[in-house]
Amino acid sequence: MRPHHLITYPRTLHPGAWWLWAIGLAAAASRTTNPVPLLLIMAVTWFVVSARRGDTPWASSYALFFRLAMLVIVIHLVFQTLLSGNTQGTTVMFTLPEIPLPDSTGIQLGGPVTLEGLLTALYVALQLAAIFCCIGAANALGSARQLLRYVPAALYEIGVACIIALTFAPQLATDARRVRDAARLRGGSRGRIRRFGRLAMPMLEGALERSVALAAAMDSRGYGRTTVSDPRQRRLTSALVVTGMVGVCLGIYGILNGTASSWMGLPALAVGCLLGVAGLVVGGKRTGRTRYRPDPWALPELLVVASGLTAAVLTFWQVRVDPTTLVLASVSDVPPVPMLACAGILVGLLPAFVAPPLPLPPPSRRERDLEVAA
Amino acid sequence: MIVFDHVTITYAGAPTPTLTDVDLHIPEGEMALVMGRTGSGKSTLLRAVNGLVPHFSGGTLRGRVVVDGRDTATHRPRDLADVVGFVGQDPLAGFVTDNVEDELAYGMESLGISPATMRKRVEETLDLLGLADLRGRPLTHLSGGQQQRVAIGAVLTTHPRVLVLDEPTSALDPLGAEDVLATLQRLVHDLGITVLLAEHRLERVVQYVDRIIHVPGNGSPVESGLPADILARTPIAPPVVQLGRVAGWSPLPLTVRDARRRSVTLREQLADVQPPAHRASTLGDDVAVVRDLVAGYPRRPVLRGITATVKAGEIVALMGRNGSGKSTLLRTVVGLHKPTSGRVVADDVGLVPQVPADLLYAATVADECAMADRDAGVDGGTTRKLLDRLAPGIPDDQHPRDLSEGQKLSVALAIVLASEPRLLLLDEPTRGLDYVAKHQLVEMLHQLADAGHGVVFATHDVELVAEVASRVVVLADGEIVADGAAPDVVVSSPAFAPQVAKVMAPQPWLTVHDVATALGQA
Repeated sequence: MRPHHLITYPRTLHPGAWWLWAIGLAAAASRTTNPVPLLLIMAVTWFVVSARRGDTPWASSYALFFRLAMLVIVIHLVFQTLLSGNTQGTTVMFTLPEIPLPDSTGIQLGGPVTLEGLLTALYVALQLAAIFCCIGAANALGSARQLLRYVPAALYEIGVACIIALTFAPQLATDARRVRDAARLRGGSRGRIRRFGRLAMPMLEGALERSVALAAAMDSRGYGRTTVSDPRQRRLTSALVVTGMVGVCLGIYGILNGTASSWMGLPALAVGCLLGVAGLVVGGKRTGRTRYRPDPWALPELLVVASGLTAAVLTFWQVRVDPTTLVLASVSDVPPVPMLACAGILVGLLPAFVAPPLPLPPPSRRERDLEVAA
Repeated sequence: MIVFDHVTITYAGAPTPTLTDVDLHIPEGEMALVMGRTGSGKSTLLRAVNGLVPHFSGGTLRGRVVVDGRDTATHRPRDLADVVGFVGQDPLAGFVTDNVEDELAYGMESLGISPATMRKRVEETLDLLGLADLRGRPLTHLSGGQQQRVAIGAVLTTHPRVLVLDEPTSALDPLGAEDVLATLQRLVHDLGITVLLAEHRLERVVQYVDRIIHVPGNGSPVESGLPADILARTPIAPPVVQLGRVAGWSPLPLTVRDARRRSVTLREQLADVQPPAHRASTLGDDVAVVRDLVAGYPRRPVLRGITATVKAGEIVALMGRNGSGKSTLLRTVVGLHKPTSGRVVADDVGLVPQVPADLLYAATVADECAMADRDAGVDGGTTRKLLDRLAPGIPDDQHPRDLSEGQKLSVALAIVLASEPRLLLLDEPTRGLDYVAKHQLVEMLHQLADAGHGVVFATHDVELVAEVASRVVVLADGEIVADGAAPDVVVSSPAFAPQVAKVMAPQPWLTVHDVATALGQA
């Protein structure tokens, strides 16, 4: 057996596997507003991230997404409190002073705040927060940047655009700090707006210069050289890929929505996938790029993806069997525990054990010397 | 290997050509240096080699540029990627991926080289450039010298026959620069690669090169020849060559070693002469007092207990390798960075940042000056007057971004000086400055010190320190490891000694000017 298939052999897992796993969990989250499975999903992502996170710069992005998730919940609750009206429930918790607005706006500011209204808002926000945690986990475990290495050849240009954008954002932040410092050195105009106007110029100029420099560097290192520019083939590829994408989008919408007409679900997804793959195959022929040390796709990858899919499938099954446990009929009751969905989500915990451990960084020279001395 | 056949390059909208009738031939396996003033067309010449000019920049190129038999008229930069490796001025700006190994592989991936070959070449290149320990590291975590070596490695993996580098050592400390240059020399010797590089700091590179291409700018013809021949005529030359001219040696020495072997009689001649002390003529009161200063990040202090005083009239050079805390110290003194503990007493401080252009926002020089007057709350015209004193003749209606690096520095300096700081801080002021601009800077700093300002500047430029500093402070790992008069600190140091000091050791001579004056007296 090749070492890649061992779950104990230290290596980095294929980023695609992490993303598929996270998508599975996110899909499960999308079908429920019951806080029990949602909190379970968040706990699972947190556990897996802390078990399999590396020391890469992007590994800390989970914390960032988690904070974003908390912010989503807070914003949701604040708006629910302010704009609640008295549409939901009867258990009034407190009453805010009401600001009368004309009826035609349909908005009510202030007024009584009900427990039911707040709980509904909390659960909906929790759903969004859980999805954020899934994305954060995917990003921390297999960065979007790493994933872009595996963009199919036909979509290569899009991949490059994404890479430049990903480089651009942190650079812009550094530039902004530098220019702001310089502005403080000059002192003067205290007004924020005027100050912003003054700072925007050097920052944008810097950003533009940097992009041009990067484009020049890529060109002189052979980017786009092997692309065969046969316009007919290119058009065929684009048409296939775009139609495929539309199909995939419709299909996913159909599956996730559940209320759409039946042709929109699986059939559209299948046709979309087929067209997309055909486009990628046709387009894949045209570039002669090669790939340096691609991550293998072996047993651990399959197990990780399977665990994410299990979470999604079991949750979807729960929708069939007993939908009321996932979308609560009465929010003020103690939420029930959907057994199937929870079991599925717990399967999503497996990557913490079946994903191979990360290799330790090579020992520094001093440590090596110590080892030799010992 | 590289042939320029009567090449004239004119950028779109420019009234005159940037390069006129360049006729050059650089044979295989040579290391050639392109020198000239800022804005003379050095970068244009380099970028024409792999076709970035005119394919990428626009403009017209008359004549022919042929590299390894490929004409750039019919080959775009990407078609030359396997023949010419191009490393730009700022390595970080040219990185496409985010770790060392992927960056080395990127060019080969674009060329469609087979995975097995790629694997082998990446390993070879890691060893060749001494990067093996850094293979998985994120590029942003590397030091300047390491980044430069990765940038060189990234173009070497496609096995180019020609390597073109635009100011590869301008941002590096002396040892980092030596590292990069030694690497280049190894490539020329072991692999027979032809290297073409531009550099302002001639004293660092002249000893390594086989040929100098002098681009004088202002329409004069481009000259190419042996280093000794070219340097005998050019107005700009490294200190050893100037020393050779002063002492009347022929042929001129190019390396410290040559000069040292020739200098026996000169040293005997000057044995009884006392070299000038390089001390401040008049010292005023304290303009900055720093006591037990600790600053940096929570668990990673950058400055570890700095104690120092600067007096009015002093010009203090702050030296130390990249990352030793020079910038942090300056930023803390000016108040951009909060000290973790310790005390900083400095009231009127002005800082010229590492990129002086950051201070410039307005559309014309006149607006810029007027804005600085308003910001500083001084009479209208003050900044303009300062600017005219520092660098006369900058037109009012020019856009600050179109000025040369030296002029930008002058404008930034005038803006900072408008609020009349008693202490002036400069962070690496000579980055991108040519010899003429550097000479102007030396004059300016002397003027300011005489007018009672205290000046502190961080730099890697040992020749500038020799010219202007009255005191040198060396930082290492966030602590002051040396603090004293310039001759005492730099002469004995292998990394920070200027060329003249190396030639004249053990006598503490620092500059060619000092020696010339002494010879005049003797």
